[in-house]
Amino acid sequence: MTLTTTEGAAVDFDAAPDRYKHWRLDLDGEIATVNLLVDEAGGLVPGYQLKMNSYDLGVDIELYDIVQRLRFEHPEVRSVVMTGGLERMFCAGANIRMLAQSSHAWKVNFCKFTNETRNGIEDATQNSGQTWIAALNGTAAGGGYELALACDQIVLVDDGSSTVSLPEVPLLGVLPGTGGLTRVVDKRHVRKDRADLFATKSEGYRGATAVEWGLIDETVPRARFDEVVRGRAQAAAANSRRPRQATGVVLTPLARTEDRDSISYSHVTARIDRDARRVDITVQAPAERPPADAAAVLALGVDYWPLAVTRQLDDLILRLRTNEHLIGTWVLRTAGDSGTVLAYDEQLAELADDWFVNEVRHYFKRTLKRLDVSSRSLIAVIEPGSCFAGLLLELALAADRQYMLAGVYEDVDPDAEPATIVVAASNDGAYPMGNGLSRLESRFWGHGDGLAAVRAELGKPLDAEAADRFGLVTVALDDIDFADELRIVLEERASLSPDALTGMEANHRFVGPETIETKIFGRLTAWQNWIFIRPNASGPDGALRRFGTGQRGDYDLNRV
Amino acid sequence: MSIDPRTGPAPAPTGPLSTIDYSERIPNNVNLAEDRRLQRALEGWQPKFLDWWKTLGPALPTKDVYLRTAIAVGRDGWAHFDHVPMEEYRWGIFLAERDPDRVVNFGKHKGAPAWQEVPGEHRADLLRLIVIQGDTEPASVEQQRILGETAPSIYDLRNLFQVNVEEGRHLWAMVYLLHAYFGREGREEAEQLLKRNSGDVDAPRILGAFNEETTDWLQFFMFTYFTDRDGKYQLGTLKESAFDPLARTCEFMLKEEAHHMFVGTTGVQRTVERTAELMKEHGTADILPYGGIPLAVIQKYLNFQYSVSLDLFGSEQSTNAGNYYTSGVKGRWQETRRKDDHVLLDDTREMRLVEDGRIVTKTVPMLSALNLDLRDEYVADCANGVRRWNQALEDAGLDERLTLPHEGFNRKVGVYAGHHVSPDGEVLDEAAWQASEGEWLPTAEDRQAVAALMVPEYEYGKFAGWIAPPQTGINDQPVEFDYVHLAEEGLV
Ligand SMILES: [Fe+2]
Ligand SMILES: [Fe+2]
Repeated sequence: MTLTTTEGAAVDFDAAPDRYKHWRLDLDGEIATVNLLVDEAGGLVPGYQLKMNSYDLGVDIELYDIVQRLRFEHPEVRSVVMTGGLERMFCAGANIRMLAQSSHAWKVNFCKFTNETRNGIEDATQNSGQTWIAALNGTAAGGGYELALACDQIVLVDDGSSTVSLPEVPLLGVLPGTGGLTRVVDKRHVRKDRADLFATKSEGYRGATAVEWGLIDETVPRARFDEVVRGRAQAAAANSRRPRQATGVVLTPLARTEDRDSISYSHVTARIDRDARRVDITVQAPAERPPADAAAVLALGVDYWPLAVTRQLDDLILRLRTNEHLIGTWVLRTAGDSGTVLAYDEQLAELADDWFVNEVRHYFKRTLKRLDVSSRSLIAVIEPGSCFAGLLLELALAADRQYMLAGVYEDVDPDAEPATIVVAASNDGAYPMGNGLSRLESRFWGHGDGLAAVRAELGKPLDAEAADRFGLVTVALDDIDFADELRIVLEERASLSPDALTGMEANHRFVGPETIETKIFGRLTAWQNWIFIRPNASGPDGALRRFGTGQRGDYDLNRV
Repeated sequence: MSIDPRTGPAPAPTGPLSTIDYSERIPNNVNLAEDRRLQRALEGWQPKFLDWWKTLGPALPTKDVYLRTAIAVGRDGWAHFDHVPMEEYRWGIFLAERDPDRVVNFGKHKGAPAWQEVPGEHRADLLRLIVIQGDTEPASVEQQRILGETAPSIYDLRNLFQVNVEEGRHLWAMVYLLHAYFGREGREEAEQLLKRNSGDVDAPRILGAFNEETTDWLQFFMFTYFTDRDGKYQLGTLKESAFDPLARTCEFMLKEEAHHMFVGTTGVQRTVERTAELMKEHGTADILPYGGIPLAVIQKYLNFQYSVSLDLFGSEQSTNAGNYYTSGVKGRWQETRRKDDHVLLDDTREMRLVEDGRIVTKTVPMLSALNLDLRDEYVADCANGVRRWNQALEDAGLDERLTLPHEGFNRKVGVYAGHHVSPDGEVLDEAAWQASEGEWLPTAEDRQAVAALMVPEYEYGKFAGWIAPPQTGINDQPVEFDYVHLAEEGLV
């Protein structure tokens, strides 16, 4: 059965501007204003009121939709102002009652999604020429300030009372879990002792100190607030590389067929085996060769295969992650013609400077990153008829293991073409992971010679023997062993502790350097998830549960 | 166990078949002629097995031996006797008949259908158990390699070879499971079974007792009585396994083990009979000068083999054993005849151990003590043979008796390891143990004295002076039957 939290119904990620409950999007030429005005009674799940512009997953699903649409539908938008629609309060952060009533799994998944959305905001600033500016018209507390931290610039109204703050530690006994601690020191370069003062002072700091310490960029009296924000937005817009005269691509609703055990889109299908706690995901190569040029690509819009397949994968990952907690193993397959996939791969590289193709590339990158941080075992199965080439090879490289059939299934289709994989230039940098490395570099971390050997094979079809020799697959087995080995591996995987697997996979997937992203999904998230299940936060006398009762948390005082 | 609808249930591959007629060379009831996976595995493995047999199998050159070959699982197919050159012995692959309604009889899967494939969850455990069992089979052949050179009769020589070829077949049986159900990893493990060798410093057999040299025939008989019996009990627990192919394989192997037990029981019995005869004739226990093995030496051999065999059961308390039971991979001896819930979560039992220099009893969870449960069954079975041997002493009018030593005597594994316990069950300090060890365990002189008696007797119907002839021959043949034809150069 579908498992959510106390909540019952499965979570849907389909959002559209005409249905936003919590945000208003104002478009004014090259500047867009994103206005947070949360519908108090519009929580995704019953049991809490979204007071003081506090948010839940539903609010964030709309924000994600806004970020995506601004990038695809509005090439003319070159800077984005995020502000609040309430007096004196920009945003109070994640709703505490919602957190207190949620299951552990729900909290973890909520934090993951909100983190991904904030990373997406940074990605828009860095890679789309859409600079996000936080215009804090009132206090930004906790998750509210973390939203601001995801923006490139932060301006706080100077009204003698509005502050920025991270009150999680002193008030709730948990961490600011959407990148707050990380970005304060790593992005805004606040000195660690000041960061320490800041994160333990529940009411936070007003403008002057906040500017001095680097928590914000500027603080402005109410009278000049709009003008200053507008000035910053115009300056950012002037620096943008986005095209002046372009038509956007409307993100039309996804066509999706669902029944109890399957989710299908035009290029992606997922079939759930509930007894085995596994889903078999197949990504279909395009039937047609790529269109001729950038104009033709744009004309296809959402039907351009790389965008279509990315949207479908993105939606599938979100749905499986949020609604199917018991399905612990995702088996990834591809089907179709490698040559056609590679033709798209080349086109994506050739037209990389085109604004729309650029968006598609970065969206595919972000979707792969979602896969990287998904707490599911990922197993790629490479069989005859598959097309793990170029961008689709990324799926195999993202997987924890790769099983490749050597030869063919003699008793199923003896005349089939044995499977090959193709490493392309795109595997070597177009879609970096959170650690800043390509999946190829990550795979060969510390093995420069192995990486060099693979680089010498770019573009060549590699059969199972070669893929195995180059270290690109876990095992290559012929049909005598393959099916049974795979069955046993999947059953064995399903028998291991889901928690231990999550931890193990997260450790193995991210080699090499730390980045803000790896710190958020590793250090910050892991500690937060530990704190969440500790009695000091979520026990009956814990701070999270007692919040709002007039009593403070009653702590077990042992340092662990 | 679920099956991937795309890849199917690990199909028996059906591509081009080998041109070699394996069914002719390898009698089997596993449909070998139509199984590509097995054929390929055998192509790689069979030559290595034959190499192993030629280099580490029986050293005495023979032309042929009167051997029983299993050619089918039924009663008739089972009792097929003929003179065969040993390297042409048809090592077959047999599983007991399948019961389509068989269910798991114990543990957390109790009541579910028995497994026809290896569940991924239990692959590692099953692989390990099969490898450990498989490792003992060729080990004893290696240990007994040179015994043919000192055989007390052609009759005994034949029995030795029969045990050897059947241990070889048991190796096949385990290798079959590895090849048929464990894919590439199984094939690798199967190869390792031939690469490890008894007593090899670099690559020894897994279990300690299988790296001890078999020095003489008395030890061979003790080995088949006590150590093969351990094997019988281990097989008995695997015969209960939820993994049906393993259960059926072990069920069939147990029939062969019965013959090995027979060789051990009657071998010791005939030795004791001859000893009793000489004791009476000469009115003394010191019969060495008259060509017999003194009863005290027989007791020391018994003490040694019994105690090292007890070690093979592992620690009295074992989490692994409990896990194996709960997960269904390994049951208890005669599981289905036990009158309990077959889950054992709340059961306890008594266990003895040494504490402050005394043997005390404590209550432990049953699931943690399943090795001890099996060992108790084994000990009771061992006592039966000792009673038979003592009957021979009584029949000869002698007062001396053989006894099983205390379970804590000479133990290197489990709760008694690190303590010294006398055969009577007295806890001793190091000095007391040192002082008496030579009275309880065979000394180098004892072994030399026994070895000196081990002169071959290859004349049909004749027996060495330290052992009595058997009552009857093999397969209704007379005792003086030409059971073994030695190669020309092997004749004395
Ligand atoms: Fe055996
Ligand atoms: Fe045996």
